[in-house]
Amino acid sequence: MNEELPASVIPRVSHRAEWIVLALAVGSAFLLPRYYPVLNEMAIIALFAISLDLILGYAGIVSLGHAAFFGLGVYVAALFAKHVHGDPFIGLIVAAIATAALGLATAVLILRGTDLTRLMVTLGVALILLELANKLDWLTGGADGLQGVVMRPVLGLYAFDMAGRTAYWYSLSVLLSMLWLTRHLVASPFGMSLQAIRDNRLRAEAIGIPVNARLTAIYTISAAVAGVAGGLLAQTTGFASLDALDFQRSADILLVLVIGGTGYLFGGVIGAVIFTAMHHWLSALTPQYWQFWIGLMLVVIVVAGREQLTRAILFPFTWLLGALRGRTGSARDRSGTSR
Amino acid sequence: MLTILFDGVAYGMLLFVLACGLAITLGLMNFVNLAHGAFAMVGGYVTVLAMSKLGLPFLACLPLAFLVSALLGMVLEPTLYRRLYRKSHFDQVLFSIGLAFMAVAAVDFAMGSTQQNIRLPEWLRGRSEIGGVGMGYYRLLIIGVCAALAISLQLILSKTRFGSRLRAAVDDMRVASGMGINVNRVFLFTFAFGSGIAGLGGALGAELFGLDPTFPLKFMIYFLIVVSVGGTTTISGPLLASLLLGIADVAGKYYFPKMGGFVIYTVMIVILLWRPQGLFARAPSK
Repeated sequence: MNEELPASVIPRVSHRAEWIVLALAVGSAFLLPRYYPVLNEMAIIALFAISLDLILGYAGIVSLGHAAFFGLGVYVAALFAKHVHGDPFIGLIVAAIATAALGLATAVLILRGTDLTRLMVTLGVALILLELANKLDWLTGGADGLQGVVMRPVLGLYAFDMAGRTAYWYSLSVLLSMLWLTRHLVASPFGMSLQAIRDNRLRAEAIGIPVNARLTAIYTISAAVAGVAGGLLAQTTGFASLDALDFQRSADILLVLVIGGTGYLFGGVIGAVIFTAMHHWLSALTPQYWQFWIGLMLVVIVVAGREQLTRAILFPFTWLLGALRGRTGSARDRSGTSR
Repeated sequence: MLTILFDGVAYGMLLFVLACGLAITLGLMNFVNLAHGAFAMVGGYVTVLAMSKLGLPFLACLPLAFLVSALLGMVLEPTLYRRLYRKSHFDQVLFSIGLAFMAVAAVDFAMGSTQQNIRLPEWLRGRSEIGGVGMGYYRLLIIGVCAALAISLQLILSKTRFGSRLRAAVDDMRVASGMGINVNRVFLFTFAFGSGIAGLGGALGAELFGLDPTFPLKFMIYFLIVVSVGGTTTISGPLLASLLLGIADVAGKYYFPKMGGFVIYTVMIVILLWRPQGLFARAPSK
């Protein structure tokens, strides 16, 4: 297995970055009150990208079908709110459990074979779910989508409003707590062993890391996080539709992660902000041909080299962090030595 | 019953033509090209345009579709694809998805999103009963073309000098170029040829599969199934896999119309679980 992702050149952003993200997210809520729905979308996409980064950036598992978990989360949360109980947090937990179960069940598919095999089976799982959601129209509404999802107030206190204010604060707090959790997860011995597996599976096995068990575990966790992101989308928009499971969704999230950079979690957040802003701007210009620009971005990014892009995007952050610490550039000095 | 088998064979043969270019780039050049369907789509649209605007006969359009797609491959290989041979599979996937998206949107912009139809000449539209099996002439033509193609591909790869150069270049790029083989040229022609075959497949398949701008994404999964189930080390592997897939798909749609794509996807996942290197692979290739 020597075809893994190239050595990470991404600077190790310290935990202060969390505070910067938090400050920007909270600040934007006050500065841009008209854009609550867009900000909400950014938070959800960021969480979805983080879930993909867990398997792609940390464990080196390439997936073309991560929308399977996101979409399942959307439908489970929507159906649970509609037929069982409308409390948002219970709904999220149910969505996470359901997607974790699917992740656990399908993890065996990604343990064997090459990158190509993984691409195929992940894509296959997503396609099967899409077919299921399409055919079971008595349950999911089929191509018309599932409407009439009404949520109870968050914590029984804050009702969802038309402007999307509660929705944004709700999604943002879920995003930040998941970010905090996953950051601790990847910094733990468990996370370290995943990176060892990513860099060299044989050696990882030789030093006694139970490779298959670890990969299964992270795949399940990643599925649960993606399910939570999907649950947020269903709860805050009150709607579930087939495009949550579409191939386009899996490709979009790859692009988000590539824009922000893989292997350090904040890439998902940065990528989600840039991607969503561009999406809204470009599809206002040419609604039909948005796909073309996505494609062009992917091609340009890959041809130019993903690492350069990440470094360029991160530069303001690393500079700011360095300035905060009083040693400009110290964050960058430590980059490039991770292998 | 036998008619279904016959239709399935024709369908599978067509899939083989569409996918064998991918088998070549993936198996021989180790490049995951998800934009392969875009070359096929180009071939299909060339045929549609040449027939409606230039009034060319259908059979004359087939070589034209091959040439245009091959030319496109010849332009894209040195400008874009070549830079990515040494990058990771993940980069290749991102790049080729991007290319496929661009192709879809560009064709949508230029031709509209409606499905295009090809008017087959009269003599291809009939069908006759041979031994109680109804056979459409068009499907017979497809089977003939594909069989000829499969045999000649096998011969080119195993018997000609170009074939041995290609295999040498794939085995070890550095040694091959040290032996005086122009590796870049070998790859250029291989890629162009693979794209051309895809274009031919797109032209032949426009009638059977339907042609609209989402073609590359809709059939991507089928190409990938053929290549990953058939393995990429031989020509016969993908051929058998496409026949299996064609027959299973036609029979599945006929006998269990409600199941849709489930049969195919489930079979694929089971096969890949059972033999991750593909059904007919000789040895694990890394």
